[in-house]
Amino acid sequence: MEAQQNNLADGQHSDTHSPGGAAHGSVKEYVLGLIISIVLTAIAFYVVMFEVVSPALTLAVILVTAVAQILVQLVFFLHMNTSSEQIWNTTSAAFIIIIVGILIVGSIWIMSHLNHNMMIGH
Amino acid sequence: MSSKANIVTEPDIIFGKLTWDVIPFTDPVILPVMLACLLGGIGLFAFITKMGKWGYLWREWLTSVDHKRIGIMYMIVAVVMLVRGFSDALMMRAQQALATADEVGAGYLPPEHYDQIFTAHGTIMIFFVAMPLVIGLMNIVVPLQIGARDVAFPFLNSLSFWLFVVGALLVNISLFVGEFAATGWLAYPPLSGIEYSPWVGVDYWLWALQISGIGTLLTGVNFFVTILKMRAPGMRLMQMPVFTWTALCTNVLIVISFPILTVTLTLLTLDRYVGTHFFTNDLGGNQMMYVNLIWAWGHPEVYILILPAFGVFSEVTATFSRKRLFGYTSLVWATMAIMILSFVVWLHHFFTMGSGASVNAFFGIATMIISVPTGVKIFNWLFTMYKGRVEFSASMWWTLSFLFTFTIGGMTGVMLAIPAADFVLHNSLFLIAHFHNVIIGGAVFGYFAGFTYWFPKATGFMLDEKLGKLSCALWTVGFFVAFMPLYILGFNGMTRRLNYYDNPEWTMLLWVAAFGALIVLAGIVTQLYMGYVSIRDRDQNRDLTGDPWNARTLEWATSSPPPFYNFAKTPVIHDRDEHQYNKDRNTAYAVPESYEPIHMPRNTWCGIVMSGFALIMGFAMVWHIWWLAAFGFIGIFASVIIYSFERDKDYYVQVDEIEALEAAHLVHVNPQGLRAMQDKKSNLEA
Repeated sequence: MEAQQNNLADGQHSDTHSPGGAAHGSVKEYVLGLIISIVLTAIAFYVVMFEVVSPALTLAVILVTAVAQILVQLVFFLHMNTSSEQIWNTTSAAFIIIIVGILIVGSIWIMSHLNHNMMIGH
Repeated sequence: MSSKANIVTEPDIIFGKLTWDVIPFTDPVILPVMLACLLGGIGLFAFITKMGKWGYLWREWLTSVDHKRIGIMYMIVAVVMLVRGFSDALMMRAQQALATADEVGAGYLPPEHYDQIFTAHGTIMIFFVAMPLVIGLMNIVVPLQIGARDVAFPFLNSLSFWLFVVGALLVNISLFVGEFAATGWLAYPPLSGIEYSPWVGVDYWLWALQISGIGTLLTGVNFFVTILKMRAPGMRLMQMPVFTWTALCTNVLIVISFPILTVTLTLLTLDRYVGTHFFTNDLGGNQMMYVNLIWAWGHPEVYILILPAFGVFSEVTATFSRKRLFGYTSLVWATMAIMILSFVVWLHHFFTMGSGASVNAFFGIATMIISVPTGVKIFNWLFTMYKGRVEFSASMWWTLSFLFTFTIGGMTGVMLAIPAADFVLHNSLFLIAHFHNVIIGGAVFGYFAGFTYWFPKATGFMLDEKLGKLSCALWTVGFFVAFMPLYILGFNGMTRRLNYYDNPEWTMLLWVAAFGALIVLAGIVTQLYMGYVSIRDRDQNRDLTGDPWNARTLEWATSSPPPFYNFAKTPVIHDRDEHQYNKDRNTAYAVPESYEPIHMPRNTWCGIVMSGFALIMGFAMVWHIWWLAAFGFIGIFASVIIYSFERDKDYYVQVDEIEALEAAHLVHVNPQGLRAMQDKKSNLEA
């Protein structure tokens, strides 16, 4: 048993686990992230439930707070940054932004043409 | 069934919508199946109990985190579900052959039963046959090809498998308790909404797909990390075997596209359970958005299925042509191009929805472009065979049949990519013929090629080659006889999912198609018989070297079946075809100076128990039994919390055990080296 413990300390499993990967954040970071997320969520609910601004502006506010929410969670909870150890995270993020961009822009394009042709909302 | 479908009672507080009436005791089609399943289940239970194998089964298989065993279990479930899904296909072919009359009720199946059958067929074949075959092959092969001990997250792998099993179980339970969706395999609203599908069919569909989809998503994360982080030292990305490359791209597609499915299913679930209006016209909802979202997942899904098959063909062709793969780099880039382009073509599934000419033109052209990298691959395989010493083994038969069949399917796909043509062919049997042409002729033949090719690696003995070739011939001929008539019927205007029709001119071709389905059935029976014969004669067909095909990549360097730790010494990679590289230099099967203890994960109860609770939750949600659903939900979380407090999750394999296991392999492949090492060791001890 003693020998096994030593092996573990010797980095026995270094052949299967590469160093690197995301760093673990501090408690402060998590709490800050949580507070910002709650505030952003509250704003979105507030503008919808109490109809404080025009419908178009409401949509814009929801959209902006949603995107901000994604960024907050990526940075504070998933600890994404552009340091060199995280090259895979950053590459994946870039790729995902492209694909999600295609999907969102494509969907809006498809649905707006559809609505136009079907005279939805006219 | 029809009387049952009308049962909509106020959910009981204890039993929800569940009553004895929901079990179709009187249905002449379902009752025999139910009895057969019941007797089979009791027989299997009794057999295992009699052999005293429950403990073995639990310790070695059900709780296993070994990627090879999980892979084998995926394969077993896939084969069982293939039989189920194919029975549905036979019933549909029989119904359409018989149902010439201009009235509802022609043929032998009532419409609401027929509708459930085509829905179940599509759902099962994609989610519970094709997906587990893909994931099973990845499980068996990928860690071995990259020289890893296991996947990155072995427990997660076990959990993924059992969540997938829960989905398969829910679909099968729906056959005997209640009903399945009658909406088609993608359950478009408004038909799948609560107003038009008020009973439990769509709910079974939703929870089966939701739970197994989460399993698939976890698999995607797992293998993505495994391939990027756990390659043996020296293996650069451009030295990965092609199957690993295609697996990587498939997992990227899973990770990005499956969340779309999860969200879409969730929105439909909310529409059905709590009265939201995402996909109904009331209150500004839009059913077209469902179609848009489900295909934004659905098209990448098609490539999730086909890319690993392309990987299989690459490995098989190179091995049996006794050559390096032609154009490795172009094949890798073609795979990546397909991976990205698969996200810009989804509208071609609904050209007729009404987005207009400019949108249709864009997606039509994008669809034609995606056929270019696919065509590149066809030439890669052809040129690999060119001037090679092609050996016509059973897996090579599947590959050649694929090249021919898939190319035809690809060409009809380019026809459908023209929006103007699609307006004529949309939802016709032409479409059905097209996608079966690419999924059977492309993906399924690929899985069978891979199944035959890696079977000895997974089990330690070979499949019967003669029966393998016979089943390939039957599948190929059966496919053409079954689906070529459907192309013609599509041109003649027959639409999909008809349970009766009034045009007697179609009957002849539908009989031909039904006959084709019987030939495919003969192919499947041959495969099952092949499995039986191969297991019966396994002692004559042992693969003692671990390299029965004289193959090129790393998985063939270890024994068959590989020891649970895969490689006693982590290999160091020099070349794309590492095993061939070593064989050429006489450095394969080198006997190391000494072994070191190997760090391995322990098996765990948590995956199967968590999934058991997920099954309870899914079933309870289907039947609106809220207290039971809450119990299942709490059980899932309680399991993971208890598991997280367990400390004894790993152990070390000791040198003695490794030496014994390695010697059993080395004695067949490098006896001199083994003897030299043993002499040296005994000298030292003396």
